[in-house]
Amino acid sequence: MKSLISITDLDPGEIMRLMELTSEFEANPGQRLLEGRIVASLFFEPSTRTRLSFESAVNRLGARVIGFADTINTSVSKGETFHDTIMTISNYCDMIVMRHSLEGAPRYASEIARVPVVNAGDGSNQHPSQTLLDLYSILKTQGRLDNINIMIIGDLKYGRTVHSLLQALSHFNARFTFVAPPELELPGEYRQFLKDKGLSFIEKQHIDESIRQADIVYMTRVQRERFSDPLEYERVKNIYVLRRSAIDGAKPNMKILHPLPRVNEIDPQLDGSDHAYYFRQTENGVYTRMAIISYLLGVKK
Amino acid sequence: MKLSSATGGVEATNIMAIMAITETKRFEVRAIENGTVIDHIAPDALFKIIRILGLERDTHRITFGLNLESGRMGKKAIIKINDRYCEQEEINRISIFSPNAVVNIIRDFQVVEKLHVAPPDHIEGFVRCINPTCITNNQPVRTSFEVNGGSGELSLRCRYCEKITPCGQIELR
Repeated sequence: MKSLISITDLDPGEIMRLMELTSEFEANPGQRLLEGRIVASLFFEPSTRTRLSFESAVNRLGARVIGFADTINTSVSKGETFHDTIMTISNYCDMIVMRHSLEGAPRYASEIARVPVVNAGDGSNQHPSQTLLDLYSILKTQGRLDNINIMIIGDLKYGRTVHSLLQALSHFNARFTFVAPPELELPGEYRQFLKDKGLSFIEKQHIDESIRQADIVYMTRVQRERFSDPLEYERVKNIYVLRRSAIDGAKPNMKILHPLPRVNEIDPQLDGSDHAYYFRQTENGVYTRMAIISYLLGVKK
Repeated sequence: MKLSSATGGVEATNIMAIMAITETKRFEVRAIENGTVIDHIAPDALFKIIRILGLERDTHRITFGLNLESGRMGKKAIIKINDRYCEQEEINRISIFSPNAVVNIIRDFQVVEKLHVAPPDHIEGFVRCINPTCITNNQPVRTSFEVNGGSGELSLRCRYCEKITPCGQIELR
């Protein structure tokens, strides 16, 4: 029985297999491979996009969904331990998809549950299905995962999608440029991770002409609440906004990705550009999650 | 002390030698007959090691020394436990807090084994994760870490939240 908790649980071969399966589901989404199965969708922390994407994937596969979208009307609000909630619910279903504000909750769940667990986001730690859909978006738009030149912009400190994505791309010899204010720069442990892997990377505080070498520009949101000094936020908030002028001279194949939701970090005028890919990226999420669920339940190998 | 005249000279010399050793060792390491002497402990690690080894509840005769002179370390701490031999797993735990400690196994007043502590690959239960929003700090979940950098600066990677606890910030649960 296999769970998907962290992107580091997957070796490059498994990542590529999941990419193939995602492509198969995109070509043929009407595969009701999980008729009669039940998937529990446990969102201890609210989420709209990820929850609906998973539930859409489950429904497309012909399985049924049980679960909750927040913990207000559940036994959790009565003080039940996380352990007991998981032990109970794992008896009602064939798989658990969960999001939790506490980092490590899905890993612990996978150790005690009788069914596979899929991490749909745990605090600032991991969000592997987002990473796989990001990889699929890169593969689909670039025709390869190897030797990608990627510029990652915004909150590199707390953004879990950034951490998981760099871990995944480290298998494929990516070249990274990180752009962030000093308060939100990449944590030391991830810099060390890249050094240990022998991968070079560049760190900058401004979006500059090196964007012209990028195959992928990965935008993330700079959130006000991450700053201890509100004046510092006011100072930097407009530096990390992607505008048409910034991508002048970009490579024709360059695509802009964003895990969404967007606030103001991509100028809406870019939405119609050939470089904008962030909405297509969300569509890829459903196929990616169909691939993950069917792979973990063993109906696709 | 009464010595026989025939062998008195030799015995007196031996006794004087033993007394001299005892006198010098009394200050740093008072001899124990059987048991474990943990030497060269970093002074700030002493009370953590006492807790790791459960010595607060131990009924053996135990001596602690803190801020003793050490040529190598400047100051050191020491623990002597009569009639108890520490397990290798316990010894490895010590290394998390004091990687330079040396464990002496004593039998019949003799050091029969000198063990340098070595960090284990994994540790379970006794250390706290640095991350306040880790599941292990908010629910009754046993901690579990992978130990990194055994030869250099040691750090712990949480099995659950994947955050790194650096060497200087390792705390007991």
